[in-house]
Amino acid sequence: MTRPAAIVLGCSAGGPEALKTVLGGLDQHLSQAVLVCCHTGSETVELLCELLARASRLPVIEAAEREAVRGGTVQVAPAGYHLLVEGDLHFTLSTDPRVNLARPSIDVLFASAAAAWRHALVGVVLSGANADGAGGLRELRRLGGCAIVQSPDSALASAMPQAALDRAGADHCVPLDAIAPLLNQLCLP
Amino acid sequence: MDHPPDDLELEGIELDLFVEAMRRRHGYDFGQYAPASLLRRVRQLAQHHGDGAISALTHRLLHEPALLPQLLEGLSVPASDMFRDPSVFRALREQVLPRLASWPQLTIWQAGCAHGEEVYSLAILLEEAGLYERSQIFATDLSTHALERAREGIYPLRSAQQWSRNYLAAGGRRSLADYYSARYGLLKLDGRLRRHVTFAQHNLVADAVFCEAQLVLGRNVLIYFANPLQQRSLALFRDSLVRGGFLCLGLRERPGPVEADFAPVDAGLRIYRRIGPVASERRP
Repeated sequence: MTRPAAIVLGCSAGGPEALKTVLGGLDQHLSQAVLVCCHTGSETVELLCELLARASRLPVIEAAEREAVRGGTVQVAPAGYHLLVEGDLHFTLSTDPRVNLARPSIDVLFASAAAAWRHALVGVVLSGANADGAGGLRELRRLGGCAIVQSPDSALASAMPQAALDRAGADHCVPLDAIAPLLNQLCLP
Repeated sequence: MDHPPDDLELEGIELDLFVEAMRRRHGYDFGQYAPASLLRRVRQLAQHHGDGAISALTHRLLHEPALLPQLLEGLSVPASDMFRDPSVFRALREQVLPRLASWPQLTIWQAGCAHGEEVYSLAILLEEAGLYERSQIFATDLSTHALERAREGIYPLRSAQQWSRNYLAAGGRRSLADYYSARYGLLKLDGRLRRHVTFAQHNLVADAVFCEAQLVLGRNVLIYFANPLQQRSLALFRDSLVRGGFLCLGLRERPGPVEADFAPVDAGLRIYRRIGPVASERRP
């Protein structure tokens, strides 16, 4: 199997807690880009980035439009915008209508990332109370990417991982604590 | 290609052909739009107007000119909210309008006005600051359909609650309900707010400077453009401004290549002031 070039993570309710666990367990030598889409409902992701930076050994920044995707860095979708990845691995933002009542939408990020990285992508769906992410994970798998879903019974809100399992299936369905070790194993040389 | 193209690669070809057909058949060039968001929109149009195949949409684009306005609407700036990002409108109210008051006449250009939500928000700000009588707002968009909707000023009533909160958060001291009437699930803005607004088609890809403005707003327009078109648009914004005029971009947009021509008023809120020699003064 090819080593992935990027990891995309999606979550909503219970997401920040789950992200802390996952990012906290990622190896600091990881060279992959780590992209995060978390529904927060707040006006900015400044606090979320701070919270995640305290837990993560990789630097955490807000993804900025037209910037190149950075390896070894966690990049968080800004509040109020869809985050997309271009084929040339730059970010594009969009204020197009909400998808699954969400902007940023996990489906939008996952689908564009899947087109950009194809089989060199790992998608992770974590805790959340709606079905966003299921369609994107399905597209990611269709294009050869690897899907990890947090086991619903280990999630604070199980609807999102359950919807992902129902609609996309998963290559790995594991408890929250097992996700970071699995990512390290898939991503480290 | 040394292997047969997969469906994504085929779709990429279809998108290129759609863009080419749009340019050659109708003269609108989307070749400098950011590909990822353009592809999403074209896919949605292909779903809405057919079976989802972009090549089928291209066929209709070529042979059914009446479809063009709908396609342009789907490819241009999406709907916004009244007083979206209230902190920006509060800064316009508190920091920009008092300085604009020193000009006897005010020209304002709102680029990419979509359905007009932010145009009416601005008109309300100017009205409440006592500046509207001497103001002229040019609200432009690529899409004539969007401009028609903007001219109507009718929106779903379900937006009213959020918009009212936005209005108050933006420093409004009245009630947003003072500016609209509600009926049949719709909200209709007071037509008087439109009395100094000119809605007009303008294409940032091809059209030139058309006014000398004290304030230019181009919010969440640049994000849809690739770098060269972003630079062209920013230069247009800059060259439309009088010395000391104000520029307001979307919260996640940056003045990039024209940054040196501006001083930040509130960089976090993307509000800038034009400094240095301006285009109109350079003309012979």
